[in-house]
Amino acid sequence: MAGPVLEMRSIVKTFPGVKALSDVTLTVRQGEVHAICGENGAGKSTLMKVLSGLHPHGTYEGDILFEGEVCQFKDIRASEERGIVIIHQELALVPYLSLAENIFLGNEHATRGIISWTETLRHATELLRRVGLADHPDTRVADIGVGKQQLVEIAKALSKKVKLLILDEPTAALNDEDSGKLLELILELKKQGITSIIISHKLNEIRKVADSVTILRDGQTIETLDVKAEETTEDRIISGMVGRDLENRFPERSPHEPEEGAAPALEIRGWTVHHPIDQQRKVCDDVSLHVRRGEIVGIAGLMGAGRTELAMSVFGRTYGRYAGGTVLKDGKEIRTKSVPEAVKHGIAYVTEDRKHYGLNLIDTINRNISLSALGKVAKRGVVDEHEERQVAEGFRKSMNIKAPTVFEPVGKLSGGNQQKVVLSKWIFSGPDVLILDEPTRGIDVGAKYEIYTVIDQLAAQGKAVVFISSELPELLGMCDRIYTMAAGRLTGEFSRAEASQQSLMRQMTKDKEVTR
Amino acid sequence: MSTDVTAKSPAPAPPGKSGGAAADGLLQLVMDGMRRNMRQYGMLIALGLIVVLFAVWTDGDLLLPRNVSNLVLQNSYILILAIGMMLVIIAGHIDLSVGSLTAFVGSMAAVFMVKQDLPWPLAVVLCLAVGAVAGAVQGFFIAYGGIPSFIVTLAGMLIFRGLTEIFLEGQTLGPFPEGLQKAANGFLPEVGPNTNYHNLTLLLGFAMIAFVIFQEVRDRRRQQEFDLDVPPTKLFLLKLVAIGAAVLTLTMLLASYKGAPIVLLILGVLLVGFGYVMRNAIIGRHIYAIGGNLPAAKLSGVKDKKVTFLVFLNMGMLAALAGLVFAARFNAASPKAGLNFELEAIAASFIGGASMSGGVGTVLGAIIGGLVLGVLNNGMNLVGIGTDWQQVIKGMVLLAAVGFDVWNKRKVGS
Repeated sequence: MAGPVLEMRSIVKTFPGVKALSDVTLTVRQGEVHAICGENGAGKSTLMKVLSGLHPHGTYEGDILFEGEVCQFKDIRASEERGIVIIHQELALVPYLSLAENIFLGNEHATRGIISWTETLRHATELLRRVGLADHPDTRVADIGVGKQQLVEIAKALSKKVKLLILDEPTAALNDEDSGKLLELILELKKQGITSIIISHKLNEIRKVADSVTILRDGQTIETLDVKAEETTEDRIISGMVGRDLENRFPERSPHEPEEGAAPALEIRGWTVHHPIDQQRKVCDDVSLHVRRGEIVGIAGLMGAGRTELAMSVFGRTYGRYAGGTVLKDGKEIRTKSVPEAVKHGIAYVTEDRKHYGLNLIDTINRNISLSALGKVAKRGVVDEHEERQVAEGFRKSMNIKAPTVFEPVGKLSGGNQQKVVLSKWIFSGPDVLILDEPTRGIDVGAKYEIYTVIDQLAAQGKAVVFISSELPELLGMCDRIYTMAAGRLTGEFSRAEASQQSLMRQMTKDKEVTR
Repeated sequence: MSTDVTAKSPAPAPPGKSGGAAADGLLQLVMDGMRRNMRQYGMLIALGLIVVLFAVWTDGDLLLPRNVSNLVLQNSYILILAIGMMLVIIAGHIDLSVGSLTAFVGSMAAVFMVKQDLPWPLAVVLCLAVGAVAGAVQGFFIAYGGIPSFIVTLAGMLIFRGLTEIFLEGQTLGPFPEGLQKAANGFLPEVGPNTNYHNLTLLLGFAMIAFVIFQEVRDRRRQQEFDLDVPPTKLFLLKLVAIGAAVLTLTMLLASYKGAPIVLLILGVLLVGFGYVMRNAIIGRHIYAIGGNLPAAKLSGVKDKKVTFLVFLNMGMLAALAGLVFAARFNAASPKAGLNFELEAIAASFIGGASMSGGVGTVLGAIIGGLVLGVLNNGMNLVGIGTDWQQVIKGMVLLAAVGFDVWNKRKVGS
């Protein structure tokens, strides 16, 4: 292997009151794919911001050596001129501009301020081909999927003559198929001599593409491991991240014993929903399922399988166009045409996208928790603030929400703590049935365990839990029963004993070609 | 209720009341409390500074009882509009039509009272209903029609201005019945023996102080009942003293002239009522929720359309009230009435802590923002600054207030 292309030595970065990085050292060899992993708040993103000049030279301590030279980037432009390009988690594309315009945004092919469109199109086509996109460069970004958008970002990076490509959780919003393509592309770029740094939570991805992995914890470099080496297992990486062996990633669960004869808490029959714009497309096609009290039922599926769409349309028809099907609660048919009706019948839906659909980020913890059930802390339309605060304090303690007071704005909390607030909010609404949509997405391992414990307690209290997740291990670890969905249809049902990653995946990918 | 009052406390905080080390501790507590609510306290301090500046500049004329009374009457309609506007902005919308609507309701009032000779209380009710309907129509298009509020109310601004001119045929109509003039321009009646002060105003002031103290003490007791942390006793007492002093000063000022203007009472009721609703009523919470994050509010079961509709209906009604007060004060309905009122109300809201993106702000903030503009107006008039420069200065104050807030947030954020 070649020598180092990048060395970051003893980087220290402090924010007012917090030491985000204390002595981080990172060495990336020429031509490798180098993964960085660590819990949320370990300092991964801060480190990359230091490297890309977003935190300019002078605001941190330590040295950055790129291609053997000490670099002092004063902004992003300076680092991009050296060939270091960062692609952020949130894509930075302009939706209503074309692919070509986006690729060369801020870097246009122009003479004296006038853009040469022929040159732009020619170059854009070439770059799009390099990242494996066949779309015309005039296509608007808004008209292509997230997976393709990610590739456009890479094309944009290539246009800047990238030598070191940094990807911050590139597959977080992608389905497995698109993720696969993206990872292939990273390997392809590696062959062309481009070095990559990839920040990821997904350990299987790291094992697939990375040559080495650096683990950060609490703003410090813990270790750098050779991924290809025998002893670098997922558990090995996890224990590095959390600083302890995670023998039990899930709480101990005593399996659910179904009561004979009792009607299921929630039953959905023949549920069919059409896509809100494309009326021909069925996003849920004749789905029937049920969940009993005290039971945790998983729904597995790839992205686009219709799981969220199913949940949201059942929860007050908040997605798509209803085309048929009934909902039964304790054996009786109920109306769930609006959110208040669904809530009244004791159904709660915890969204997969807490920032957009779950929380009012600028408001405080106590007000977020009480929002869906204000009536419980109010008399004749007037909220009793003290009771509300007491309720919130109760959740802060029982859910271990890390915040000094319940008057902290939710936007200031970490992902895991935000998720606990969303969960508290819906637990407070007093539901019998909780539909949890990706409840552990984007949160660190420690917080995940806490959420699992809460879910387990909810089931133990006799609540029915529907657990939607893309992570098969957590479904296998938590659920009593698991349904699989593919392309809007229910494709399988597994008991805890029958389910395995292989068997689930087989059903999750089934029928895909037939229904398309 | 308690926000309204808490926000008032630190302004006149007299240092040196308690001596030595204890004062340092107390000062620390006050500073901590202020830092948590920087924008509002910042504006309260700014308001205090502006008052002091002009009081000195005008050799105390600004704080003469007659002028304070005048200041209230002069700004009452903007303050009424600012309360409604604050709700609209918190909900994530804007209302550009209120200036025109104010004039429109004024013209309707003239038609009812001057042309048709209806009894004035009936005419007032009709006018408020007209305002509510106008607000409801706009609210309908915004909430249920899904048309952006900027567009709907821009259209409303043109339509109501045009209708005003049509109804008034381009003329100024007046005068209004004496009863209405008294209600809008008059003062509380005098009762009891001659004390050199206005007795009813004094009584009202004392009653209010007693009420606030009662409320605060009860609130504190409730907090303790629920096992919640309460602010230290010293801070609590300081707060009570500060509020008491502020209310007493205003009371004495007004009572040594003609007493409290009736409009001030209306404003007080609106401030307390809307402040309470926004903080403690479910509908108030829902307004904050839809402004803060609309999709999340919808998924929490908030009836967002109904709430938006009601917010605009309310704005229309308050605009009608402002229109009545304005028309009665000038004793005529004019086609040019209410010009730029919407801009003043919007400026007051933003100076008082609203955010362009919605979800933030308090009713008290709107009043403080309105008073900042009002005292500036009045003070600059007293020292003889022309309206041309007044506009320039008010523009700069708006920019500075919001700029300070942005800067302050960035400092805290990173």
